Amino acid sequence: MNSRDRILSRLKEARVSNNKLPEIVESVLPDDLRQQLTSVLQGIGGTVVTTSSLKDITSYLLEKFKPAGRWISMVKDLDIPGPSLNGNPHELENVQVSIFHGHFAVAENGAVWITSDLMGDRALPFICEHIAVVVGSSDIVPTMRHAYDRIGNSSQDFGTFIAGPSKTADIEQSLVLGAHGPKSLTLFLVS
Amino acid sequence: MTQPGSPQIPLDHASRAEMFNKDSSRVDWHDETLWFVRAKRDRAVKQLPEWESLREAASTIKLNVLDNLHDYLLEFERQAQANGAVVHWAETAEDHNRIVHKIIADAGVTRIVKSKSMLTEECHLNDFLEQQGIDVVDTDLGERIVQLAGEPPSHIVLPCIHWKKEEIGELFAKHLGTTPGSSDPGYLTASARVHLRTHFLTSKVALTGVNFAVAETGEVVVCTNEGNADLGVQLADVHIACMGIEKIIPKRRHLGVFLRLLARSATGQPITTYSSHFRRPRPGQQMHIVLVDNGRTKRLSQPDFRGALKCIRCGACMNTCPVYRRSGGHSYHHAVAGPIGAILAPGLDAKEFGDLPFASTLCGSCSFVCPVKIDIHNQLYKWRQVIVKEGYVTNSKKTGMKLMAGVLSRPWLYTSGGKTGRWLMRVFPWLVNNKFNPWYKQREMPPPPSISFQRWYKENKS
Repeated sequence: MNSRDRILSRLKEARVSNNKLPEIVESVLPDDLRQQLTSVLQGIGGTVVTTSSLKDITSYLLEKFKPAGRWISMVKDLDIPGPSLNGNPHELENVQVSIFHGHFAVAENGAVWITSDLMGDRALPFICEHIAVVVGSSDIVPTMRHAYDRIGNSSQDFGTFIAGPSKTADIEQSLVLGAHGPKSLTLFLVS
Repeated sequence: MTQPGSPQIPLDHASRAEMFNKDSSRVDWHDETLWFVRAKRDRAVKQLPEWESLREAASTIKLNVLDNLHDYLLEFERQAQANGAVVHWAETAEDHNRIVHKIIADAGVTRIVKSKSMLTEECHLNDFLEQQGIDVVDTDLGERIVQLAGEPPSHIVLPCIHWKKEEIGELFAKHLGTTPGSSDPGYLTASARVHLRTHFLTSKVALTGVNFAVAETGEVVVCTNEGNADLGVQLADVHIACMGIEKIIPKRRHLGVFLRLLARSATGQPITTYSSHFRRPRPGQQMHIVLVDNGRTKRLSQPDFRGALKCIRCGACMNTCPVYRRSGGHSYHHAVAGPIGAILAPGLDAKEFGDLPFASTLCGSCSFVCPVKIDIHNQLYKWRQVIVKEGYVTNSKKTGMKLMAGVLSRPWLYTSGGKTGRWLMRVFPWLVNNKFNPWYKQREMPPPPSISFQRWYKENKS
C-alpha cells in the first residue's frame, strides 16, 4: 500500500457519523444594492463611479492617473490601447493602469468576480499599479450566496473575487493600501 | 526574542509567558492590539443578522466533510487531475517536505516564493528546504518580517503582531537598506513591496497554502489581502499548493458560506481583497497539489477531538483569548498558537505539547467566536484529562491535584482548611503573598472575607 491507500483506508475506518449537508442560509437583503456596494467598497479603500457612458470612463481615468506609463484595457470601445500580450507575464511589470470587465459585484463586501477569460493575462489584475473594473449597474448581487448562484457550474480556468486595492495591516495594524498588487481600485457601474 | 521550537530551550508555556511578561507595558500593548481586532470582528458580525445560522451551516458542512472525507478526497483528486493538476499524497510532515523538495529540484531551481501556509509551518518546511540548499522567500509582509528576524510567526493571521514598527524599521534598515530610524508603516510597506517584487519576477516556483479545496470542481481557493499568492503563482512556471486533507469542501456553493465567515472572523473585513479560485494551470504551467495527513486521520478516530478539524484558521479564538493576548504566540511553541493550537498540538505529540491545554482559563470565549463552532474550551478540558492520565504533567501539578482532591472529598477538612486559610491571610499575609506563590505574580489579591460562602449562604438564603 502506498501513502494514498493508507490515508484512504484510515479515513474509511474513521467514519463514525452521517451528518447531512445543511439547507441554504437565507439573508436579510438590503433595499438598495448599489448604495450598499458603494459604501462597503469605499470603506475598504475602493472608489465607485456611476456613469452612463464608456467615454466618461476614459476621461475619468486620464484625469485621475494622467496618461503616463503603459495602460492596458481589456474593455473594448475605450480610447485606451488594447492588450499587447505575448504570453509572458513578466513583461507586464511596467503596467500602470489596467481596465477589465467584471461579471458582477457583491453588495455585502464590495467584491467583483473576474475570470481568466476577461484578464488577457492572469497576472495583469495583480501586477498593475492601478486597476479599474467595469460592471453593469444591474449586475450587483446581495451576498456571496447569490454570487455563487450566479457563478453556478461555469468552468473558468481561474477566477477571483477582488475587493478593493491590495492591502496590508501587518505593521502594527496600520492599514496600508498597495501591498504587492494595485494601489487603487476604481469600480465603474455603467447603466 | 524567544526562539520557539529550538531544542536548546525546551520551555513550557508558563515559562515562556513569564519571559514575555517581563515587559508589562509591552504586554498591555499586545493585549490591546489584539482586542482591537476582536472588536472589529464584533462590529462586522453584528451587521449580519444571519450570523448564527451561517456558523451553524459552516459547522454542519464541515461535519459532513469529516464523515465523508474518503469520498470527497477521491472526487477532488479525480477533478483536479482532469483539470491538469498533479495530486500528491503525504502521510507525514517528512513525506510532505520530501515531495515539495522533489518538485523544486525537478524544476531545477534553488529559490522559491511562498505565500502564507500554516501547514508548511506545521511541517517545518522552510527549515527542511534550507538544509537542502533551497532559499525560501516568504512573501506575506508579516511573514517576511519574522523570517528576516529568524523567528516563526506568532499568530496564524497576523504573523508579526508582537513586533513594534520601530523594531521593524530597524530590521528593514539592516536587511532592506531602508533609512535608519524610519518606522512609518507606509514607507516600510512600500520598501518591502519593491524588495519582494524582484523575487516575484525571478522565481520559477511559487508555493501557496489552501483555504478551501472544492471536491466538486477540483479547484483550490486561496485568500489573501496583499495579492502575494496571486503574483507568485501567475509569474511562476510551477505552482505548488499544500493543504491538510481537512480543507476539502463538497460543493463550490459552500464557499458562499465560508467566505462570508472567514475574513469577518479573522480581521473584521467583509472579505479578503483576493479570493482566488485556481482550477487549471496557466498554459505551460505545472500545478501540483499536496494532500497532507500528518496526524489528521488519527484525530478523526478520536470522537472528543475530531471536531478540531473543522478549523478554517481565522485566528478569532486567539484574538479573544485572555491568555494568548497576555502571553504572546511564541509561548505556545507550536506553529498554531492560542486556543486552537492548544487543542491541535497535543494530537501531534501529547508529551511535547502537554502544557498547552493548561494555558487557558476555560472561559469559553474561543468557542463563542469560532465561526465553525468548535467546542474549543471543552476540548481543552478533555485534553487535560488525557494528558494527566498519560502522565505528561509535572510532579508539582500532580501532587497539587492529589492534595486538592483529598481536601475536596472531605467536607470537614475543606471547612476547617478554609477557616485556617482566611485567618492566615489576615494575620500573616506574607505567608501566601510572597514570590514563591505564582498566584500572586502581577496580581493584588482582595482581602479575605471574614466568613465562608457556605456560612454566608446559610445565613442569607431566606
